[in-house]
Amino acid sequence: MKFCLTNARHLGCDVDLHIEDGKVVTMTPAGRIPPAGDEAVEDAQGLVLLPGLTDCHVHLREPGFEWKEDIASGLEAAAHGGFCQVMCMPNTNPCNDTAGVTYLMLAKAQKSHPHGPRLCPVAAASLGLKSQTMAPLGELKEAGCVAVSNDGRPMTNTELMRRTMEYAHDLGLVFTDHCEDLQLAPGYLMNEGAVSGELGVMGQPVVGEALQVARDCMLAEYLGIPVHIAHVSCKLAADVIAWFKSRGAKVTAETCPHYLLLDETLMAGYNAWAKVNPPLRTPADREAMVKAVKDGTIDIIVTDHAPHADLDKDQTLDEAPNGHTGLDLSLSLIWSLVRDGALDEADVVRLMAEKPAEIFSLPVNRFNPGDPADFILFDPSLEWVVSPETVYSKSCNTPHRGKLLQGRCVHNWIGGVKLF
Amino acid sequence: MEKDNRYLWKHKDLLDVTQLSREDADHLLDLAASFQEINRRPVKKVPTLKGKSIILFFAENSTRTKTSFDIAGKRLSADTHALSKSGSSINKGESLKDTGQTLMAMNPDVIVIRHSSSGAAEYLAKLLPCSIVNAGDGWHAHPTQALLDSFSLRQVWGPSFEGKTLLILGDIAHSRVARSNLYLLNLLGCKVRFCGPSTLLPPGIDGWNCEVYTDIEEALKGVDACMCLRLQLERQEAGLLPDLLEYSRRYCLTRERLNLAKPGAKVLHPGPMNRGLEIADEIADCPDSLVLDQVSAGVAVRMAVLYLLATR
Repeated sequence: MKFCLTNARHLGCDVDLHIEDGKVVTMTPAGRIPPAGDEAVEDAQGLVLLPGLTDCHVHLREPGFEWKEDIASGLEAAAHGGFCQVMCMPNTNPCNDTAGVTYLMLAKAQKSHPHGPRLCPVAAASLGLKSQTMAPLGELKEAGCVAVSNDGRPMTNTELMRRTMEYAHDLGLVFTDHCEDLQLAPGYLMNEGAVSGELGVMGQPVVGEALQVARDCMLAEYLGIPVHIAHVSCKLAADVIAWFKSRGAKVTAETCPHYLLLDETLMAGYNAWAKVNPPLRTPADREAMVKAVKDGTIDIIVTDHAPHADLDKDQTLDEAPNGHTGLDLSLSLIWSLVRDGALDEADVVRLMAEKPAEIFSLPVNRFNPGDPADFILFDPSLEWVVSPETVYSKSCNTPHRGKLLQGRCVHNWIGGVKLF
Repeated sequence: MEKDNRYLWKHKDLLDVTQLSREDADHLLDLAASFQEINRRPVKKVPTLKGKSIILFFAENSTRTKTSFDIAGKRLSADTHALSKSGSSINKGESLKDTGQTLMAMNPDVIVIRHSSSGAAEYLAKLLPCSIVNAGDGWHAHPTQALLDSFSLRQVWGPSFEGKTLLILGDIAHSRVARSNLYLLNLLGCKVRFCGPSTLLPPGIDGWNCEVYTDIEEALKGVDACMCLRLQLERQEAGLLPDLLEYSRRYCLTRERLNLAKPGAKVLHPGPMNRGLEIADEIADCPDSLVLDQVSAGVAVRMAVLYLLATR
């Protein structure tokens, strides 16, 4: 099966992309090699060509919380968000601490999305995510898990953390850690600062995040093995990471669109839709996070897609669960930073496609001959309003709900197969 | 043409004093003064709100505030219906949304809500078409408490608080009383000081329009009034204080300390008091104590609030 995409816009040039049997044959300046007679041709005039994106941090809620999301709806949202593969976190019910759960997830994905987006489960680091006993990581890796995490239930026991990092490393699995000191400000609902003081709600100081980041970085440096820091939200944590990177520690880190675009002022009026963990920080933190993704201190952008039904989220601030949906929105949101000049298209490719795949040893399309034909066409001028009707996720718990966004993925090919 | 200078109350709800203009506050307090007169009559009832129904929805423990609203409504001839957390569906796990909509279906004119979640009153106000009165939400706001405090001070100081300074003493961080009083006292021209250990001061307090002290003697110097806040015993359990005895040694309002304030300085407490902990026994009952005036002011102020909301 041969295929040629013509006149696509890629990194400022007009290009043609030739595909055969699910692989890239070559990418050339537009018109350089005319399509062969047996090649199907599709014109991409006016659209931006990007590699299929990888999201290393999503919650697809199945098994256990299917009213919020399931693997089929989550992967559909991923497809329309421009992703070719997503890493789903283990905090399901039952959690992903045995091969049986991994097999179930993969079987569901195979059934609903046989051509992708590919589902890449993350193994629970400890049994039941209880931070007492290491989960059977060998069995989980064999079943198809690509990384290890105790997501949302940080390991306070540093001995167990260290041993799990070491054991996972033997298997080629990277530990991706949600960093939070659970004893500092227990029960917080937002960032600690002027806004929390005024609202009269418990806040978490940035120290609560940065402390655990520092611990993980020290372990990574001491052990000489990699660690990946999940959803960094604040300047202090980014500074800690930058310092350990400068010392040569094998630390990588992610942040999310909300830490790049939103801040704690959104919590005024007890806005439960903006409640997320780590919490939205100050405007100065937000600016620092944009700088940190630009300069590479923060390696990748993930969504931390955390769907919750309206009945869960439409409550008082203390009752509402943490989290924003992101799969449908992420590329559109990040593209607003490209439009503002804070990032460029090459940064988006690096932050959302190449580096994420590299950190977790997943396939990636760099448009070199033989690369997997995972690519998308993005219409940067398409305007759409975020609503339960326009997103593919089952949930629409995002502070952007009702807002007009500019730019959306309009076509997605995975392994040379056009999904839409 | 005759100029229309009648005052118009334009608020659907009373969620916090921060929504009030100076004109709103003055009008409300003047109105409360006229209701205070009714409270001194042998027959303490007027037909003003006959046929109106008021639900008192107290999802957190309360004696004085609930009784005060109940009496206020009844003195205006409204029908009041009390609902508490125990014995209601909240204990069966009903959400605030469902409880609110259920109450609304019975068509009340006003719902008075006390709730442990900051923002709960605002949540109901956005959800329901009837008037909502915030009778205390978490650590956030307690507007009728601030209004009755200012009402009590007005009876002593007159309508202008210019040149006065009031100290609020104790657990500021977790106090809806402190937050609401700061705004209203500033609005009426009174300077405010806060004093407590740093562990009981809220983040961002440097940006608030007040002076902040951790030393009680310094804080009391020259003030015209001191408001003690109730110390919740769980603050000690949460590790914010070493022990209660030490707290009382460092922060209890004693006669000796009160002598640092201006002569005749008034003492307030929103109640219930921990005598001997944040306020000395003799101070609670001294002639300059307004504690019981605050309680009777509470009925008058709440009559004014219910009147303005139920007849808007």
